[in-house]
Amino acid sequence: MPIEWIYGLIGGALIGIAGAIFLLLNGRIMGASGILGSLADGTAGRQAGENIAFIAGLIAVPGALALLLGPVETNITPQLWVLITAGLLVGIGTRLANGCTSGHGVCGISRLSLRGIMATVFYILAGGVTVVLFKHILGVI
Amino acid sequence: MRRLVSFIAGSLFGTGLLISGMVDTAKVQGWLDVFGNWDPTLAFVMGGAIIPMAIAWAFTRGRKPAFGEAFPAPPEPKLGRNLVIGSTLFGMGWGLAGLCPGPAMASLTFNGLSGLVFLVAMAAGMWAAPPLKTKLEAAPQA
Repeated sequence: MPIEWIYGLIGGALIGIAGAIFLLLNGRIMGASGILGSLADGTAGRQAGENIAFIAGLIAVPGALALLLGPVETNITPQLWVLITAGLLVGIGTRLANGCTSGHGVCGISRLSLRGIMATVFYILAGGVTVVLFKHILGVI
Repeated sequence: MRRLVSFIAGSLFGTGLLISGMVDTAKVQGWLDVFGNWDPTLAFVMGGAIIPMAIAWAFTRGRKPAFGEAFPAPPEPKLGRNLVIGSTLFGMGWGLAGLCPGPAMASLTFNGLSGLVFLVAMAAGMWAAPPLKTKLEAAPQA
């Protein structure tokens, strides 16, 4: 088994443990889009403080690890139109759907939620079609 | 206490995203690119994450969260157009840039100006979404 797959499993397990802690201790579903989105649109209410704490850990700890372990390969596109269009689509889409890869994908599928499973089917299909169209047919990304 | 738990969960989540390689847009686009050099890593990440989460869900039955009132109610088995349209738009953006909300935040410190532009655009989209959501909910069923 290639080493990336093993890193994927280990990293995935950490993500699942993070979600399990958030659920069992705080009683909440760990969804990145909901945690950031509720702050962006002002609906976080009493959860604003803990959402900020979550985001602080999410940004700072990988940042510190990257400093310790050396540069991280992200291959992010430098194309401004792609970044802005994609960012807007991800922001609007995840809030309309009430979840993203962490909330619907990890937390939803693991409780066999029909909404989580169907959301995941739709965003993977849409993502696959988009990559094929923009990468292979149009050749712009 | 809830804030400390949130900070720890966010830290573990970020560490997991870093170790798994999900901050690498090429890995995410590689998973979506079934006609290219297909990269199955994302499936291993999902599988690895779903197992501890499924155990946690099983543990919630008949219990209460340590620092909360109640566990989230079971989801409604109803899809609705917001879920379908929203997930489709999200998937398009995810495919275009190879970033979703978690990794966009986790990679902020080492993703340069590009990462910041994506995050600002994403937050703007999140800020703009609620009126659209209300409209979609109110629109007559096809």
